[in-house]
Amino acid sequence: MSEPVRTPDVAAGTPPVIQIKGLWTQFDDLVVHRDLHLEVSAGEVVSLVGGSGSGKTTLMRQMLGLETPTRGSVRIFGIPLKGSSARTLKKIRRRWGVLFQHGALYSALSVFDNIALALRELRVFDEGFIRDLVMLKLDMVGIERHHARKMPADLSGGMVKRIALARALVLEPELVFLDEPTAGLDPDRSESFVRLIEALHSQLGFTVVMVTHDLDTLVSLSDKVAVLAEQRVLVYGPLETVVRKDHPFIHNFFLGNRGLRALSAAPDPLFGPALTGARR
Amino acid sequence: MIQEPEVRSDSAGGSVIALVGAWDIRSLERRAPDLRQKLRERARAERWDLSGLQRLDHIGALLIWRAWGKKRPPQLELRPEHEIFFANVEGTGTLKRERARTDWLRPLRALGQRMLDAGGHAADIVRLLGLMLIDSTVLLRRPALGPWREISASVYRIGTQALGITAAVGFLIGVVLSYLSAEQLRVFGADVFIVNILGLGIIRELGPVICAVLVAGRSGSAITAQLGVMRVTEELDALAVMGIPYTVRLILPKVIALAIAMPLLILWTSWIALLGGAISAKVQLGMNVIEFLSALPAAVPIVNLWLGVGKGVAFGALIALVACHFGMRIKPNTESLGAGTTNSVVTSITVVIVADAAFAVLFNNVGIVLL
Repeated sequence: MSEPVRTPDVAAGTPPVIQIKGLWTQFDDLVVHRDLHLEVSAGEVVSLVGGSGSGKTTLMRQMLGLETPTRGSVRIFGIPLKGSSARTLKKIRRRWGVLFQHGALYSALSVFDNIALALRELRVFDEGFIRDLVMLKLDMVGIERHHARKMPADLSGGMVKRIALARALVLEPELVFLDEPTAGLDPDRSESFVRLIEALHSQLGFTVVMVTHDLDTLVSLSDKVAVLAEQRVLVYGPLETVVRKDHPFIHNFFLGNRGLRALSAAPDPLFGPALTGARR
Repeated sequence: MIQEPEVRSDSAGGSVIALVGAWDIRSLERRAPDLRQKLRERARAERWDLSGLQRLDHIGALLIWRAWGKKRPPQLELRPEHEIFFANVEGTGTLKRERARTDWLRPLRALGQRMLDAGGHAADIVRLLGLMLIDSTVLLRRPALGPWREISASVYRIGTQALGITAAVGFLIGVVLSYLSAEQLRVFGADVFIVNILGLGIIRELGPVICAVLVAGRSGSAITAQLGVMRVTEELDALAVMGIPYTVRLILPKVIALAIAMPLLILWTSWIALLGGAISAKVQLGMNVIEFLSALPAAVPIVNLWLGVGKGVAFGALIALVACHFGMRIKPNTESLGAGTTNSVVTSITVVIVADAAFAVLFNNVGIVLL
């Protein structure tokens, strides 16, 4: 076993965490993505936004290797998903964590077993270690330990999300996918969930790719925003550059009433009001 | 350059243990048992130098923490950026293991619970039947509201689409039964009674029961799974809030469709099984197929056919009711869906056989020709 240990550090020559080149997606006559390019570097939080049917979810599934694009390449950690051996793919899959929109907790397993599953699959750690680690992860997402024996069916939506996040983080991933992390949570819960992701991100330094419709989540979490429209990445960059792009989708999405409200709450105080003023 | 995780004892100083390399999941998933052993051997050491760690994550920190006996060693050198992992680990307790208590009364309690459960199922089925009948009284006043379309669709799915499989099974059963009986009858020179055996056995008993078993497995499970998923996805609640009674829309059509389709399927299966029997009799006994068929009316009174059809109606309605009942009880998780479907099929087959026994007792002197 002399293979090189991973190098996620941002160093010279490190490939981007995600690199998509010339990606096409076609369902019969319907072209969803036309020659799409996207790169995500280590440590960034990137949001994918776009109207319904713009192929956000499809793109994310392609990054996860759940679907294969019609043409083009998807590279994760510099390794192409297409044409790699099963062993290589397995290694990639251990380095990422995914939070599905509805949690996708295994309904036949308790909370504890849901989180412990991936650890047990490694067959390296003893039960005592696994128990401590699962409790640690539950602590990190703010779930009290007496919930560990519950079944997913007995949990509220907010708790399902937190536990699914704990499950996604159990193997200390370098890359985390979040599909609509705050959908279905009340404002209070979604606020605290965003804070949680923020805190974990600054603590653990993973890369995040998320699909979201929620402007508040988008504003408070993302370093960069990729807008999917017209079958490609229309604009990709920090939020303040994205909102300055003149395009009907961006106007409707960011500069409607809801959008302006969310933007004016952005951390940079100059940026919100200035824009609001300019638009009025 | 990232190095493999290593435990080093400083031989000069004596008791300083230095950890170097990458202590994260990627390196540890291969070396954890080995490193755990090394850590355990040095667990008593007072001075630990962790400043040489190139990388650390919670898994590495927990491994070290457990080796320390869940407390910090007296002297510890640690990089500031790694402090957070130990802080997190330190803040977490552990889950107490649940002690299993020995309960001597458990088998008895379990038996009682099962009896109560069985009673609960029976009561629920009666309740479901009653609710369905009450809800469907509306149809007497306004027949146009009836779920005729659903009934027709269900008859097609449950009946028409099952013609192939019932024919195949029926034919083979007919051949096998005829083959076995012919061997015995030839010994006694009673060849002609093959018509009585096959006719009575198939039309009165085997046709209905085989058909019911096939339909319970094929359509009963489908009905249970469908209703179960509708419960999970809140479609049943959606129907309820629209003021559409699910009994009339979902259960009644299934019950009526099965009560219509089953007798027809039974006639079809019995006819094919008799055909299989006749062909086998031709091969085995040299009995002409026409001769076989023309001997049938005399050997098997027509009332047996009606009995078979009547059983069909009863079995069909029972299978549909049981399947719907189990479908309504499914809880929103995958295990419950699997268990519910299994229980549905097993229970409906059992119920059909019990009902068949009841028919046999009730009609024991009807339709049997004594020579």
